Amino acid sequence: MMFLNAIDPAVLDWSRAQFALTAGYHWLFVPLTLGLSVVMAIMETIYYRTGDEFWKTTAKFWQKLFGINFAIGVATGLILEFQFGTNWSNYSWFVGDIFGAPLAIEGILAFFMESTFIAVMFFGWNKVSRGFHLASTWLTGMGATLSAWWILVANSWMQHPIGMDFNPDTVRNEMMDFFAVAFQPFAVHKFFHTVSSAWLLGAVFVVGVSCWYLLRNRNVKMATQSIKVAAITGLISTAITAFTGDQSGIDIARHQPMKLAAAEGLIDGSKQAPFSIVPGVEVPGVLSILATHDLDGYVPGINCILYNGYTDPNGNQVEPATAKMEKGKMALAAFKEYRRTRDSQPEKAQAALAKFQENKAYFGYGYIQKPEDLIPPIALTYWPFRIMVFSAGVLGLVLLLLWWFERKGQLLRHRWLLHAGMWSVLLAYLASQSGWIVAEVGRQPWAIQDLLPVNAAVSKLSVTSVQTTFFLFLIIFTALLIAEIRIMTNAIRKHVQE
Amino acid sequence: MITYEFLQQYWWCLVSLLGALVVFLMFVQGANSQIFTLGKNEEERRLIINSTGRKWEFTFTTLVTFGGAFFASFPLFYSTSFSGAYWVWMLILFSFVLQAVSYEFQSKLGNVLGTNTYRWFLVINGILGPVLIGTAVGTFFHGANFIVNKDVMGDSLATAISQWSTPWHGLEAVANPWNVVLGLVVFFLCRVLGSLYMLNNIDDAILQPRLRRQVLTDTVPFLVLFLAFVGHLLFMEGWSVDPITGVVSMEAHKYLANLLALPAVSVLFLVGVLLVLFGIVRTLLSPTFLRGIWFSGIGTVLTVWALLMLVGYNNTPYYPSLTDPQSSLTLANSCSSEFTLMAMSIVSLIIPFVLAYIFYAWRSIDLQGITRKELEESEHKY
Repeated sequence: MMFLNAIDPAVLDWSRAQFALTAGYHWLFVPLTLGLSVVMAIMETIYYRTGDEFWKTTAKFWQKLFGINFAIGVATGLILEFQFGTNWSNYSWFVGDIFGAPLAIEGILAFFMESTFIAVMFFGWNKVSRGFHLASTWLTGMGATLSAWWILVANSWMQHPIGMDFNPDTVRNEMMDFFAVAFQPFAVHKFFHTVSSAWLLGAVFVVGVSCWYLLRNRNVKMATQSIKVAAITGLISTAITAFTGDQSGIDIARHQPMKLAAAEGLIDGSKQAPFSIVPGVEVPGVLSILATHDLDGYVPGINCILYNGYTDPNGNQVEPATAKMEKGKMALAAFKEYRRTRDSQPEKAQAALAKFQENKAYFGYGYIQKPEDLIPPIALTYWPFRIMVFSAGVLGLVLLLLWWFERKGQLLRHRWLLHAGMWSVLLAYLASQSGWIVAEVGRQPWAIQDLLPVNAAVSKLSVTSVQTTFFLFLIIFTALLIAEIRIMTNAIRKHVQE
Repeated sequence: MITYEFLQQYWWCLVSLLGALVVFLMFVQGANSQIFTLGKNEEERRLIINSTGRKWEFTFTTLVTFGGAFFASFPLFYSTSFSGAYWVWMLILFSFVLQAVSYEFQSKLGNVLGTNTYRWFLVINGILGPVLIGTAVGTFFHGANFIVNKDVMGDSLATAISQWSTPWHGLEAVANPWNVVLGLVVFFLCRVLGSLYMLNNIDDAILQPRLRRQVLTDTVPFLVLFLAFVGHLLFMEGWSVDPITGVVSMEAHKYLANLLALPAVSVLFLVGVLLVLFGIVRTLLSPTFLRGIWFSGIGTVLTVWALLMLVGYNNTPYYPSLTDPQSSLTLANSCSSEFTLMAMSIVSLIIPFVLAYIFYAWRSIDLQGITRKELEESEHKY
């Protein structure tokens, strides 16, 4: 049919831009939802246990800010779900059999929990018992966290597809093992890393707002007590984030060596690979330790992955991408032959099928036009990684100092620290966005690692359509973000609780 | 015996039910479309917004879950319709995005765009949401302009499996007036449901008689259009798929035949329609009757559920292609694998539990209707 022609490359760029834009905006609001839900639930628990009205008022204040932020997180999330269909239609069919399930489960298990109990939390103070109210506050946060679980399962599967098999008759990957998809270690690490980083962001947000009050000598008791709860929450979160980040590093080295090579700007591989702090400043051997937990661990560079091949930590010989691309083309050709002959010439079809099965692991490489296309944007993975790690270190330090001086009752004496606490909020957002940039940009050009590149995943749309929706989203989300920040700062400024 | 075919039917039944729940829960949109016409002053508008404001998240969540469940069970629809009818779905999404923030933002200091802008967002969503969703569902009966060719995945420069054949990307659906009629049916139904819901939820002597009059005003166009659509449905030609060869062809009186072949669905449909009418008529006749939303709401769920099952069962392609009938989507050619449907079916067993806690939580905060006094005293309000 005549309109079955190729897709304009500009559509791919704009669809990617739109996904990046909407995902980036969504991730501005979600970590605060996740983080504040823990802090406010802890505070309400203290109220429940002590009966002290101070804690009720304090919890309610943070819940109010939670509410302002929550709605916009929900609004930006809607687009992300449907965008898989609207802009990534091949993707939706090619892996929908696996990818759709976590999204559906997220709706059934998590979203209803969240939206039911948030109503009780906000409207139920004088209508339900204290115990039921406390349970509702925790369940609201649990709903949000459960939803993070399922969407991160879906994302982890895009980084490390597992538990499926390609079916040439239906032309898609089909799920073979639900538990492998839902509970693979990659997902477990990613979940705890992401969620604990969100708790950290929420804690830093509480700390930042509280420091602002202290600098103005307002709401002093509320601010000091909030810092106490948030600093401890934040420190625990920092530890979990660091530990799971280390685990994620190993996962990436094992399953996404190109992402690691790009994040380190590593052109050639080596043992005792050095870690680059900034270009030109290197610490010998540290990258090998981070990637393999072994000083002598071999870390492949971009050239090994593309052209030369290498030996992985288990001693297996890994072929270069050029060889994989060749096999990918063979898989595509065999697939085509099978589809052409399966109804009319069963013998030929069987032969084609056998040839396909032999090469199908490299099917996705068949869509890659040249090896260099396999390199993700290096600067956009190298720098965000450093920003993320550096920021997280600074945040941990600030939280530690705040916790220490609060304990000694000297918080108000160290105004520089209060300033640092306030500005930490920006750093937390920077770290959080950077983390996702590393994860998502580092996976390029794959939509699903080794399985489906973005150019074979995209919908066939006109460039102007996608451009139009891109700018509509840009305008709407930016306007809403400005409104949200102003509403939030107003609510913070107006709050009086002595 | 749980066969692949059974699982397909089971998931179509579930997705249809979720779709039906979305239509019912759009009473929120129906009510919001009347913020400025029903609410004569600030206090009344706030009553309306606060009344729907405690329910909008259920509508939104059900819509999202409907999307997720449809994706998981019939991914080819997800990829074909959402990418093809791009503009219809995008407009629906935009209107729901605006709605989601508007409640929280409209009454807050520093909201940049001003209270009335956010309220207009609610009105826009209140109109566009039901009309567009209704029109989109109309294409389930009247077809859409697409082709599906999975062989393209064999090309190194792969193009899209599903392609739309008009540059209008979904907006061409309005060219068939019956799609628009269904959009308007849904719109007026949501307005009726919205008024019935507010009657039950807002305890206010001034608004109540006004709401009763509004039920009548919206019921007239709803009934006329609904009956016209049902008449059209019973006589129209429809698409039919041969279960053995998979060949799609036209069949006279297809949906009438489906109604006769599926007696349980017919009964569901009739009971649903009667319940909708009972809720409306009783509300109009008895000035003390407040429970119309329960009857009409449950009736709406049953009616829409039946209609959607009608469109997918009995060898009917639920998403027919006008461009290439053989590309039409059927339950069998668009569904997930047997393994995935089975795994999802096990997960679906948890749904009654979810419904139970929703019901319990709703009851605990909703036993009394909202009053002006409560709004004045409440700390958390929109």
